[in-house]
Amino acid sequence: MDRKYELTKNNRLIPMIMMAIGLAAIVMGFLTDKSRTWASLLTNDFYFTAISLCGTFFVALQYVAQAGWAVGIKRIPEAMGGFLKFGVAGIILIFILGHHELYHWTHAELYDHSSPEFDAIMNGKRGFLNIPFFLVRLIGYFVIWVGFTYMLRKQSLLEDAEGGLVHYRKSVPLAAVFVVLFAITTSTGAWDILMSIDAHWFSTLFGWFMFAGLFVSGLSMICLIILYLKLKGYLEHVNNNHLHDMGKYMFAFCIFWTYLWFSQFMLIWYANLPEEVIYFQVRWENFRTLWVINLLVNFCAPFLILMSRDAKRRNSILWVSGIVILGGQWLNVYLMVIPGVVGEDWHLGFIELGTMVGFLGFFLWTTLQELSKASLVPKNHPMLTESLHHHI
Amino acid sequence: MSGLHEAVVRDPLILGKKDYHQMTEDICRPIEGKANKYWWASFIVAFVAMLWGFTCLAYTIGTGIGTWGLNKTVGWGWGITNFVWWIGIGHAGTLISAILLLFRQRWRMSINRSAEAMTIFAVICAGIFPLFHTGRPWLDYWMLPLANQFGSIWVNFNSPLLWDVFAISTYFTVSLVFWYLGLLPDIATVRDRCITPTKRFIYGLLAFGWKGTARDWHRFEEVSLVLSGLSAPLVLSVHTIVSFDFATAILPGWHTTIFPPYFVSGAIFSGFAMVLTLLIIARKVLGLESYITVQHIELMNKIIILTGSIVGIAYLTEFFMAWYSGNKFESYAFMNRAFGPYWWAYWTMMTCNVITPQLFWIKKIRTSIMATFIISIFVNIGMWFERFVIIVTSLHRDFLPTSWVMYHPTFVEVGLLIGTIGLFFTLFLIFSRVFPVIALAELKSILKKTGNQYKKKGV
Repeated sequence: MDRKYELTKNNRLIPMIMMAIGLAAIVMGFLTDKSRTWASLLTNDFYFTAISLCGTFFVALQYVAQAGWAVGIKRIPEAMGGFLKFGVAGIILIFILGHHELYHWTHAELYDHSSPEFDAIMNGKRGFLNIPFFLVRLIGYFVIWVGFTYMLRKQSLLEDAEGGLVHYRKSVPLAAVFVVLFAITTSTGAWDILMSIDAHWFSTLFGWFMFAGLFVSGLSMICLIILYLKLKGYLEHVNNNHLHDMGKYMFAFCIFWTYLWFSQFMLIWYANLPEEVIYFQVRWENFRTLWVINLLVNFCAPFLILMSRDAKRRNSILWVSGIVILGGQWLNVYLMVIPGVVGEDWHLGFIELGTMVGFLGFFLWTTLQELSKASLVPKNHPMLTESLHHHI
Repeated sequence: MSGLHEAVVRDPLILGKKDYHQMTEDICRPIEGKANKYWWASFIVAFVAMLWGFTCLAYTIGTGIGTWGLNKTVGWGWGITNFVWWIGIGHAGTLISAILLLFRQRWRMSINRSAEAMTIFAVICAGIFPLFHTGRPWLDYWMLPLANQFGSIWVNFNSPLLWDVFAISTYFTVSLVFWYLGLLPDIATVRDRCITPTKRFIYGLLAFGWKGTARDWHRFEEVSLVLSGLSAPLVLSVHTIVSFDFATAILPGWHTTIFPPYFVSGAIFSGFAMVLTLLIIARKVLGLESYITVQHIELMNKIIILTGSIVGIAYLTEFFMAWYSGNKFESYAFMNRAFGPYWWAYWTMMTCNVITPQLFWIKKIRTSIMATFIISIFVNIGMWFERFVIIVTSLHRDFLPTSWVMYHPTFVEVGLLIGTIGLFFTLFLIFSRVFPVIALAELKSILKKTGNQYKKKGV
C-alpha cells in the first residue's frame, strides 16, 4: 500500500530530450518568425497549464461530490498540479515579454485620440483591458490556483502521515471554496488569456467553452498516466472498473464540449451579426481544414470510439482515445490563439509542434517528480475502501 | 460497489429500523387508507385554482388573445414566461432519473418517482401556453409538418419555435414512458395488496401483467437503460432549444451565446426548488420522514447552491459582456433591466436567485427544513421573475423610442398562471393517492447497503 513511484533513468532522460527539442524550436522560432513563436508559446503554455489545473479541479470535485471511487487514483491528478506554478508563471512571463506581439489591445496608439489608429471600441474596453490590471489578474490566478493546489496536496500528504478524519474534514471546505473560485477564474482567465487576443470579439459562453475543453483534456491526461503506471506494474488496485469510469467521463465531456461548441457557433452563425461572426469567418476562410478536423477529432472520434461499454474497459482503446482527445484539444487551443496573432500566414510546423513536445516534456518531468514524492495510494483516506472494492 | 465497504463518513439513507415488509407498508399506506383532512384541504384549494384557470382559458379561446395584456411592442408576456418557467421546473425529474443515475447517486431513489411525476405535470402545464397562444387552438396541428392537403402551411424549419414543438413533445413522451416503466413493479405490488376486486382489476390492468419474474426484471432493466440513455441528452436539449427561442434573435438582452447552458442550469435550479417545496410537505403529510431524510434535503440544497451559483455567474457574465462588447444597445438593455422601470423585477430576481441560495453554504440553514422550505419558495419566485425580466425588459423599449411602452398583464393572464399552479398541484395530489410516491422496488435494492440498522453492522 505504501508503494511510491520510482523514477527510472528514462523518466529523466526522455523529458530532458523533449525539453531540448522544445528549446530548439523556440530558439529557431525567434530567429525566424517572432509572432508565430510567441503564439506557439502561449498556445502550449496555456494548454498544459489548463491540464495541470484540471488535476486540482478533479481532486476538489471528488471531495465536494463525496465520490469514493476515485480515491485510488487521486495521487495522479494531485501530481499533475506540480506543473501549475511553472505554467502560470510562464503565462505571466509570456505576457510581460510578448504582449506586443500577442495582444493587439496593448498597442498604445489605439487609445491616442490624435492617432489614425485610434479605436473607439478598444478605448471603451480600456477599464478592463489595460496592462497593469491584466497583470494583477494574472497574479491573482497564480495565487488562487497554485495556493489551493498546494493546500489540498498538503492535507492529502498529512493524511498519509497522521491518519484520522481531520484532514479529510479540512479538505472538503477547501475543495468547495476552490471550486467556486475556479468557476470564476476559469471564465475570467479565458477572457483574459484567450478571448482578448481577438480584442474586438466577445462571446458570453467563451469561459465555459474553455472550461469544457480544459476538463476533457485533463481527464484524458489522468487516464493516460494511469494507463502508463499500470503498464509499469504500479496501481494494482486500479482495475477496469476505474478505467471504465474514466472512459465514461471522457465520453461525456467530449459531448459536453461539443454541445458548448455548437451552442456558441450556432447562435453566432444564426444571428449573423458582423462583429460576432467575424471570429468564425476568419477561421472558416483561413483555417478550414483544421477547423473541420477539430470537430472530427474532438467529437466524432471519441463519440464513436468510446460509445460501447467494452471500449471503455479496454486499455488499448483508452490509450488511443486519450491521445486523440489530447491532440484534438491542443488543436482547439491552437485555433483560439493563432488566427488572432499570426493571421493568414500561419504554418503548423516544427515551431509549434516542437514547442508542444518541449512543454509536454516539462509537464511530464514535473508530474513524475511530484508523483514519486508520495505513496500512490492515499492510505488513510476514509473512502479508500470504496475505491478498492469499486465494481460497476 | 458493495455496501459492506461503504465509507464510515457516509450517513444512512434509510432511517429507522426498516425491513422489506415495513417499507412496503410505509410507502403503500397513503394509497390504501383514506385521505386525511390536509389532503382534502389542499386538494380543494388546488382544484378551485385550476377551475379558475380553465375559466380564463375558455375566455381566451372564446374571445381571443386580445384578452391578454400584450401590445405591439411587447408581443410576448406572461404566456411565454409561464411556459418557460414550467418547462424548467420539469427538469429536476429528468436530471434525477438520468444524470444522477449516471453518477450513481443512490439518494435519488427516494425522490425520483415524485420528481419524474412533477416533470410530467409541469410539461402539461407548460404545454397549455404555446397550444393556446395561437388563438385558434383547433388549428394547432398546423405546427406539424403535414402535407398541404390538410390545409396547413408548410412549417418553417428555420424557426426555433418549431424545434420547440419537437423538443417538448419528445421530452414529454420519453419522460412519461420512463416514469410509467419505473412504476410497473410498484403498481404490481399495490395490485397484490388490494382487497377489493375493482381496485385489483384496475391496478392489474395498469401493471401490464407484471409478475416479478427474472425475465420481467431482465427486460425491465434493458428498457430502463435505453430510456435513461435517451433521457440524458434531453436534460440538456429541451431547455437549450427553449433558450434558442430568444438567443437566435438579434434583440439586445436575448442574443447571447451563454443562453443554452445557462438556461439548462436555471431549469435544474428551479426544478429542484419545486421538488423541495413539494417533498418537504409530502414527507410530512404522508409520513415518509425515514425515506426522505434531512440528508436528502441537504443534498438537494447543495444542487441548489451549485446551479444557483452557475446562474449567478451567468447573470454577471452577461452584464459584463454587455459593457465589454462596446455595443451601446446591449449596454442599454442591461442598464435598463437593472435601473429602468422594471428595476423591481430585476432585483427580485437577483435577490431570490443569487443571494438567498447562498445561505445554504451555512450547514445549519441547509439542514433546516423550515429554512429550506422558505428558500425554495424564494427560488420558485425568482426563477419566474428571471424569465419575466428576460422577456419583458428586452422588449418593452425597442429600437424606436416612440414605441416604448410598459406591459400590464390582465386578469386572464394572471388567472392562467394561477390555474396552471392549481392544475399542477391537483395532478400531484391525485398522484400521491394513486401511485407510490417513492420508487419502492428500487429503494429496496439499497436497504441492506445503506439502511440504518444494516449499515451499523457493516462498519
